[in-house]
Amino acid sequence: MALIVVLAIIAFLAFFVVSMYNSLIRLRNQVKNAWSQIDVQLKRRHDLIPNLLETVKGYMAHERETLQNITNARTQAMSATSIEDKSKAELKLTDAMTKFNLVVENYPDLKANQNFLALQEELSSTENKISFSRQNYNDQVLYFNNKIEMFPSNILAGMFNFTKEAFFELEDKGERAVPKVSFNK
Amino acid sequence: MWELIRANQRKSFWLFVCMGILLLLLGYTIGSSLIPEGGGSFGVIIALAIWIILSIVSIAFGSNILLAISGAKEVTPEVHPQLFNVVEEMKIAAGLPNIPKIYIINEEAPNAFATGIKPENSAIAVTAGLLSKLNRDELQGVVAHETGHIYNRDIRFMTMAGIMLGSIVLISEIYFRGMWITGGGRRYSSKSSKSSGQGQIIIMIASIALAILAPILARLLYLAISRKREYLADATAVRFTRYPEGLASALEKISESHLDLPSANKVTAPMYIVNPLKEKGMKIADLTSTHPPISERVRILRSISQGANFIDYQTAFDKIKRKASPILPPSALTNQEKVEIRKPGEVIPVDKTAKQNKRTLGDLMMTVNNYSFINCVCGMKIKVPAGFGTNKPQVTCPRCGHVSDVVTNKII
Repeated sequence: MALIVVLAIIAFLAFFVVSMYNSLIRLRNQVKNAWSQIDVQLKRRHDLIPNLLETVKGYMAHERETLQNITNARTQAMSATSIEDKSKAELKLTDAMTKFNLVVENYPDLKANQNFLALQEELSSTENKISFSRQNYNDQVLYFNNKIEMFPSNILAGMFNFTKEAFFELEDKGERAVPKVSFNK
Repeated sequence: MWELIRANQRKSFWLFVCMGILLLLLGYTIGSSLIPEGGGSFGVIIALAIWIILSIVSIAFGSNILLAISGAKEVTPEVHPQLFNVVEEMKIAAGLPNIPKIYIINEEAPNAFATGIKPENSAIAVTAGLLSKLNRDELQGVVAHETGHIYNRDIRFMTMAGIMLGSIVLISEIYFRGMWITGGGRRYSSKSSKSSGQGQIIIMIASIALAILAPILARLLYLAISRKREYLADATAVRFTRYPEGLASALEKISESHLDLPSANKVTAPMYIVNPLKEKGMKIADLTSTHPPISERVRILRSISQGANFIDYQTAFDKIKRKASPILPPSALTNQEKVEIRKPGEVIPVDKTAKQNKRTLGDLMMTVNNYSFINCVCGMKIKVPAGFGTNKPQVTCPRCGHVSDVVTNKII
């Protein structure tokens, strides 16, 4: 009799541990999946930039520095591997693109170029997709990290080496205080 | 976010039950008023049969019928890259399994709707007029509202409610028409069987009352839900885009237009983002309208200031309506993380005159209809309908007289 009770308790514990382990795995896979969605969009952005630079080269001969900044930031972003490095590099690239967009205002000819307009639409759409998939990724990371920290799943997470995932930040925290620049009339 | 969908499903279930009871009650009383013995169950069977047939038809073909009668055409990304980008952005924001199919309606009146019982086979349709009038952020707002309908499973909910309403209306209609034709005779025959004289008259009165009241009741129920769904889709759009102003100014622009949408009718009207039928009597419009007043929707959107999640929308809603009536189930409002409102997108200024705008719109409509464009050497843009000159595919430029080949787009 006692043996059956002991076996039942062991079976129950085993079941409990297995299901907890599986839910940790599932959450980690969701984080990975969300990350790959961001990655697709980041790659798309990196692919679009050379086309953009090629199109504007003729118009913006005097803006060498701005264009060079973009090229450098892009190279850096493409070589970054860890999520923290990528965050930083992409932030830099976003900055360079913002400066570029400000400069474009001075070139009415360029803004009438159909090719340029199409590229700009693609780029701004990619930026949006990055920011929407980033939100999704950060949500998933939050769930996962909470699970790792909370009892009792934290014991299991420690045993099987589940480590916290990093958030993907694309906005400078300090920048939020700065008044917004609006292109609206 | 999942709480919202679950609450929606619970509600659709109860609505389903309520309207179902009304339908069966109607079938039963009408049945027993027509045939005193055993007519009740016969009436119930007829009511159920009508409901099942309508359900099968609208669930299987509803989407296609709706798209066909509204004159919507499925388009490829080349026709309007921006529209496709915006829809994909919203697909990512909503986490839908795939991108909804995209349709353009060949109409100048700006409007849009979404369809599809399941998110997997949903579609979004916008009019050509909408595309030519709105800027990027505004278009995103409209698409987000439609994606919100898909995400909240509103379409299934409204389709099911619509089927119930349709069955109830249909049965009462058949009953009244039947009374006109055979009513007199039946009443005499029921009088002749003395056993059920008084009871029969009571059932008769009850069935007439129910046949008058049930459709009105069902319709008011349906409209109230329809209006609430619109607010909910607005709230969802704000959460997706993180930019309430986009939808607000889009709604304003849409309402400024006084063009009619001839392809919309009373049945399809609730599907559109803004009621496509211009209402004449404005006084009772509040109770009988499928959509909440636009000015109110815009005011709610404009008074959102704190952030872009559901709590912020609910706060703004309570402030404008001056009464706390929950748009969203309380369970969906707990544990909301803060979502910040984003900056407006760069507006690529469209310094187009009204005439140029009209021309872009015309070109877009022709692209949708498979026209081909031929650029003549003199700068003239010749628009050729599909299948033009199948045996002799050549066109003469009306300005300079050069003859161009339609297929190769070259001058001969």
